Amino acid sequence: MKRKLRVLIAKPGLDGHDRGAKVVAHALKDAGIEVIYTGLRQTPLQIVNTAIQEDVDVIGLSILSGAHMRLFPEIMKLLKEKKTAGILVFAGGVIPEDDIPKLNEIGIQHVFTPGTPTDEVVSFLKNKFPDRV
Amino acid sequence: MFDISKLDDLKKKKENWDMKTRSFMEKHPERMKDFKTPSGTPVKRVYTPVDIEDLEYDKSIGFPGEYPYTRGIYPTMYRGRLWTMRQYAGFGSAEETNRRYKYLLEQGQTGLSVAFDLPTQIGYDSDAPLSVGEVGKVGVAIDSLRDMEVLFGDIPLDKVSTSMTINSTAMILLAMYIAVAEKQGIDRKVLRGTIQNDILKEYIARGTYIYPPKASMRLTTDILEYTATNLPMWKPISISGYHMREAGATAAQELAFTIADGIEYVKHAVSRKLDVNILGKQISFFFAAHNDVFEEIAKFRAARRLWAKIMKNEFNASNPDAWKLRFHTQTGGSTLTAQQPNNNIIRVAYQALAAVLGGTQSLHTNSRDEALSLPTEESVMIALRTQQILAYETGVANTADPLAGSYYVESLTDEMEKQAKKYIDKVKEMGGMLNAIEEGYVQREIHESAYKYQKEWESGKRVIVGVNKYTMGEEKQKLGIMRVDPDVERKQIEKLKKLKKERDNGSIKKDLDEIKRAAETDENLMPFVLKAVHDYATVGEISNALREVFGEYREVIEL
Repeated sequence: MKRKLRVLIAKPGLDGHDRGAKVVAHALKDAGIEVIYTGLRQTPLQIVNTAIQEDVDVIGLSILSGAHMRLFPEIMKLLKEKKTAGILVFAGGVIPEDDIPKLNEIGIQHVFTPGTPTDEVVSFLKNKFPDRV
Repeated sequence: MFDISKLDDLKKKKENWDMKTRSFMEKHPERMKDFKTPSGTPVKRVYTPVDIEDLEYDKSIGFPGEYPYTRGIYPTMYRGRLWTMRQYAGFGSAEETNRRYKYLLEQGQTGLSVAFDLPTQIGYDSDAPLSVGEVGKVGVAIDSLRDMEVLFGDIPLDKVSTSMTINSTAMILLAMYIAVAEKQGIDRKVLRGTIQNDILKEYIARGTYIYPPKASMRLTTDILEYTATNLPMWKPISISGYHMREAGATAAQELAFTIADGIEYVKHAVSRKLDVNILGKQISFFFAAHNDVFEEIAKFRAARRLWAKIMKNEFNASNPDAWKLRFHTQTGGSTLTAQQPNNNIIRVAYQALAAVLGGTQSLHTNSRDEALSLPTEESVMIALRTQQILAYETGVANTADPLAGSYYVESLTDEMEKQAKKYIDKVKEMGGMLNAIEEGYVQREIHESAYKYQKEWESGKRVIVGVNKYTMGEEKQKLGIMRVDPDVERKQIEKLKKLKKERDNGSIKKDLDEIKRAAETDENLMPFVLKAVHDYATVGEISNALREVFGEYREVIEL
């Protein structure tokens, strides 16, 4: 039996809108995934360090303040520097569609926009890790 | 409210009608097995006088402008003056926001509402490491009085009323507002406006806290004490259910936890020997308006009745003005969809209708594109026009509380009050809101509602047009997107550097030391903050001085 999938749900930036992050974390838990939630106001470095300490397979980033184009590249850069490029990263929040291709380019596998059912997040992870969820 | 013999007759007739209806339904079944409000109240097929037989007109409903204010806090309501149309706005630099304010005022907006960026709200300067990417994003960036002078440039502060959404740094921003007014030669006694200054809901839902709850409550109470004597026209606290609702609370929870927060603030103020009659006049509230029109109206009516009873009977306020619940309403941001964004215009219109039928004192209507980004100027205009059409074309503002006496609305108002009371009693049992928050109770209740709501629309049990019904696949309606000038951060940091060179840094050091010293005592901090602000100390410097004394709050993570 392979290890259960471990996901870090993280809130970079300063916004306090954690409804989405908590709902996704809850839904992933219900789907049998191990979830760690960081809480609010995490710096890119804190997020990457937590991901390493907690030995997660996936990071889910949630942001609604509009600072994603500054903070996401920083997180991706740090992940590379720390040789943890194997961690899969996805994101959600208020993210304009035009930004999504740029975020995909820097290595963010998927961006979920408002109105996404949580099932979609679960099946996305099932697809990526078929024998772990 | 009704003649008992007539009611008995009616009950028999109703039984008869029920029987006939059951046979009718054998051929024509209803759309759903259960009808419920979003707060879970079962909705009956029809309401009659029997459903409100316990209500006494005088005691429970009364006249507009009279206790218990179910029908509104003014005798003439909107026949006298329409509600204040107040669109929350602010982005980028003080210069840009100042231009948007002047534009909105020209378009007939009647009050200003300031959105600050997150660093300003959390007490960081624009050059702080945590401010990266956030400067000017969700609101205007204010580092010092210099920015505030620009923000209100050419806007006469004795002529407008200004609402500022600011909480943990409310004292600093209010001090800056007073300082700008003084520079415009305006007496602080005539200043009209609101600061949100509701820290409790920050721990529950909105997240812009800095210090631990007890220290924050002290700051809030300092402000209440200062404004009571120095800014008599100012509303120094806006107790907000809005953000709890956005975080997933039901209407009943929004109502209950907001009132419970209110009780906590009044308790603290009274323990400082503040006069409950003055305090009661200073307090205002802020609610959301979501989609279930009647439940929302019932919520607003119940809120007024509940608060009036609490102020009169529990806090023994004797001045009727202290019993009145005044409130601002914003349409529900979380009800907006990214899919088919023009549908949001219609949602906002119904929500605004509910707010007005509920007797709101001021209203912000959301823009259709807020699930995508900050609103564009065109979208803001449609949102403002929605209010103007409501005010001038629909006739709903022509009589006070037009839905009073509706068997359904009265029964639902009663039900909302009952549901809210249950939660309020539970919070009381826990020793009040501070404890309930520290134990994570309120956060947990709200999260559970949020998750339930999510599952309901995902399963199709709850319909969201354009999201789980009548979807348009990949075909998307394209709207322009509002983007904040990416250069704001750099410019703001430059301004800050320049300021720090030009001001008298010796006085700043003294001011900050004084703030720290006073923070250790129980002196009111407001005069010390005013002095520092006048000398151009920054939001970050003052907040950091207080961080040294109070420490910082770490959230309870409940999953």
